[in-house]
Amino acid sequence: MITLNHYLIVSGALFALGLAGVIARRNILIIYMCLEMMLSAANLTLVAFSRFRVTDGLPDYAAQSLVFFTITVAAAEVAVGLAIIVALYRAKQSVDVEAVSKLQG
Amino acid sequence: MPAQETAPTLPTLLLLLPIFSALVILLGHKVLKGASVAISLGSAAVCFVISVLMLHTEDATPVLLPFIEVGKFRIVIDALIDQQSRGMMFIVTSIGLLVHVFSLGYMKEDPAKVRFFGALSLFMFSMTGIVLSGNLFMMFVFWELVGLSSYLLIGHWFEKASAAEAAKKAFLTNRIGDFGFMIGILMLFMANHGDVSFVGLKDSFGSGPLHDMAKTQTTFMFLAALGIFMGAVGKSAQFPLHVWLPDAMEGPTPVSALIHAATMVAAGVFMLVRCSFLIEASPAAAETIAWIGGGTALMAALIATQQNDIKRVLAYSTLSQLGYMVMAVGLLAMHVSAHHEAGPGHPAMFHLYTHAFFKAMLFLGAGAIIHACHHEQDIWKMGGLMRHMPVTFATFAIGTASLMGMPFITSGFWSKEAILGLAFEVKHGSPLFWVGVLTAMLTAFYMTRMFVVTFFGKPRTESAHHSTEAPINMVLPLIILAVLTLISVPLARALEAMKPDHAETHITVIIASIAALVIGVVAGFLLYRGKDNDPLNIKIFANKFYFDEIYAVIVKVGQDMVAWIVTGIERIFVDGIIARLPAFIVARVGAAARLLQGGHLQGYTFLLGAGVSMVIYLVVFVLPRMGH
Amino acid sequence: MSALLFYLFAALTLGFGLMVVTARNPVTSALSLAMSFVGLAALFISLDAYFIGTIQILVYAGAVMVLFLFIIMLLDIKAEAGRKPSTVAAVGGILLAVILALQITTIARDLTLGGNSTADVPLTLEKAGAEREAKKGLPTITNDLKAGVLPDAKLMGETLFNNYGFHLQVIGLLLLVGTVGVVVLSKREKEAAP
Repeated sequence: MITLNHYLIVSGALFALGLAGVIARRNILIIYMCLEMMLSAANLTLVAFSRFRVTDGLPDYAAQSLVFFTITVAAAEVAVGLAIIVALYRAKQSVDVEAVSKLQG
Repeated sequence: MPAQETAPTLPTLLLLLPIFSALVILLGHKVLKGASVAISLGSAAVCFVISVLMLHTEDATPVLLPFIEVGKFRIVIDALIDQQSRGMMFIVTSIGLLVHVFSLGYMKEDPAKVRFFGALSLFMFSMTGIVLSGNLFMMFVFWELVGLSSYLLIGHWFEKASAAEAAKKAFLTNRIGDFGFMIGILMLFMANHGDVSFVGLKDSFGSGPLHDMAKTQTTFMFLAALGIFMGAVGKSAQFPLHVWLPDAMEGPTPVSALIHAATMVAAGVFMLVRCSFLIEASPAAAETIAWIGGGTALMAALIATQQNDIKRVLAYSTLSQLGYMVMAVGLLAMHVSAHHEAGPGHPAMFHLYTHAFFKAMLFLGAGAIIHACHHEQDIWKMGGLMRHMPVTFATFAIGTASLMGMPFITSGFWSKEAILGLAFEVKHGSPLFWVGVLTAMLTAFYMTRMFVVTFFGKPRTESAHHSTEAPINMVLPLIILAVLTLISVPLARALEAMKPDHAETHITVIIASIAALVIGVVAGFLLYRGKDNDPLNIKIFANKFYFDEIYAVIVKVGQDMVAWIVTGIERIFVDGIIARLPAFIVARVGAAARLLQGGHLQGYTFLLGAGVSMVIYLVVFVLPRMGH
Repeated sequence: MSALLFYLFAALTLGFGLMVVTARNPVTSALSLAMSFVGLAALFISLDAYFIGTIQILVYAGAVMVLFLFIIMLLDIKAEAGRKPSTVAAVGGILLAVILALQITTIARDLTLGGNSTADVPLTLEKAGAEREAKKGLPTITNDLKAGVLPDAKLMGETLFNNYGFHLQVIGLLLLVGTVGVVVLSKREKEAAP
């Protein structure tokens, strides 16, 4: 019997994996991919709750609309982010995250 | 006596004219140029006329200006017009006017003439304020102003280093005295519940709360009297603050005549007489004052016997006479507090009036001599001026005679005899009497010395040989002052100023003073007639008892010690704990905080994630347990 | 059966997710992520969210990951040869991940709703259809519901366009802005004319 908790734990584990990847990896692109993974984990939680909160015999579509929007925004974000990474690569000739520690104070 | 609003016009005019003149000169001297001199002279003349008019007004205390009125704290600019202030006002304005006229000639070639006259007007304003003042606060304000005017005038030729130094010395020494004065005023302010007007204080000492306080709290009264006396010590150059007066001779001679002979230095004595109720309330203070006065008189006379600068001799002679006056104040207070009757008039004020006239004349005479000998001031470089400057010689002779106390004809005799008589009466055979007699003898001696060396014999230098009589605008004041010197006594009676009526004039006193005079004159003539160098050479007198050197050492040592302590405090506390320690802490904390700003994205992400975990922990696990 | 399928696809998602984090070669990472998304889509579908699952594959695995691969090829990124991640970062990351996962698990266990399974919250389609007919709802949806089919896409469309119309327009604007931004960011700086 698959309960809501199963889905939530899967989502949490996926999120944690993404976070570990963001902190541990040095390649900017891989960091970005792990970021996307975190976003998807959140989406999974939303859809799970949408199914398990039944109103009038139908799933709650408000959460699924949010997922829709999240996917759209993620897509746009990926496009812009990759453009930035490309520009960064042109400037620094490297995709190592150490090369962009200009924020050092 | 409540303050009466009676006709404040005359005193207000007296105060305002000089300051108006000074301001006009200050602001418009570039435009007015020579006319500034006329403005100053004019204001002096009008003030003299007004003071003569005031001689016949009644006693009054008009309030001129309510200065500060905050709740119960009240300071006013008011005037106290009584016997003493009227007499003093006459002296100040008359001598002031004569000095103005004299300066026309003396300062004719001086490029900074206009500045001089402006400062003179400022001085007249300040001195008028002191004389007219009706309460101690106002007096203190004008006291300081007089000190400032003196500074400006002594340092008139400030390009000369010695003049600038002398002006500074005068101001600083005065300040020390003023500090004591302030403390005295504050003590009286405290004791008399905020009323420091002369009228109020006199009533309070007579029959008010201070009358009883004088009997019970003698130390307080002693200290208050001593504090007030400090002001006189500074202003009238008594021991130990006498060191500025001889140096003040660096100023132009008219300044010496006006300020350091007749008016400003007399202000101390005037103030003491005004506060006589306080000094009478503390016999110990009265005795101290008398001894300091007597000691100053004797010491200054000793120093004068070996001075070679004509103005210095006169300066020390002024010191000596001021000592006499202060001694008289103390003596009279002792006399009164021993429950004797004091006659009308005050011997100190009497001597002040006579001394003002003849000392001013002597200084102006010295100025004429200096001017004629082309600014030569050493008496051993003069000589034989009797033939070259006859009018000056005659007036100078009259002045010298009066200073020495030539019996019966000169006013100086009567005033000195009054003081000696008082000294004799107070405690029979009191040592102060003999101090006075000895000083009189020394006075005769050194004045004869100066007179003989300067005027008799043959001219010793070229400039003395070519000296001629001074121009009319310098000679005229001399003549007028000579006349005034001779008629001082009847004049003083007319001004109702002085001549205490002593029922008994002790024969002992008269014999002693005449004997002192004769011995001094004879000794002076014998020793100095026809000499070209000084036969006596007493170093300690010539070097002014080494006071300046002693003070320099004391000040240096004191300053070094204070500086050492202050540096130590600053280095440890201010610099170390208050300034360096917080800076150190901030720097360390900042360095630590800077580690957070690594610039590493992943670092930031880690911190972000850690923060989120912590928040989740707090919200979900901790807060429900605490009951939120 | 469905439990087995769930565990299969969950393992797929998490396993490929782990490969994303630990792979050396960036291309490996990208492809693993794509596979992880496929697993995720399967999980969506198991939750009766057909539309979202399809969108996931179309947009995420199909467009986003392809874009990633394009960029990796464009920049010609080699494998991170010999550059180990710094121990500090690795330890920090793992630690944080474990703590977060534990927290989420603990919270999940306390949820009252958490114990429900799909059987406990059944979808009553016919009844919903009858209600809609009574309220004069869209005929297409109503007919499907009465036939016992969940018209997922149509219901999504109804919700979106009825309740979130404005938001849709904003999203459209956002996409426009993104496009313009990408074009601007990709321009090379022109050399100054000599």
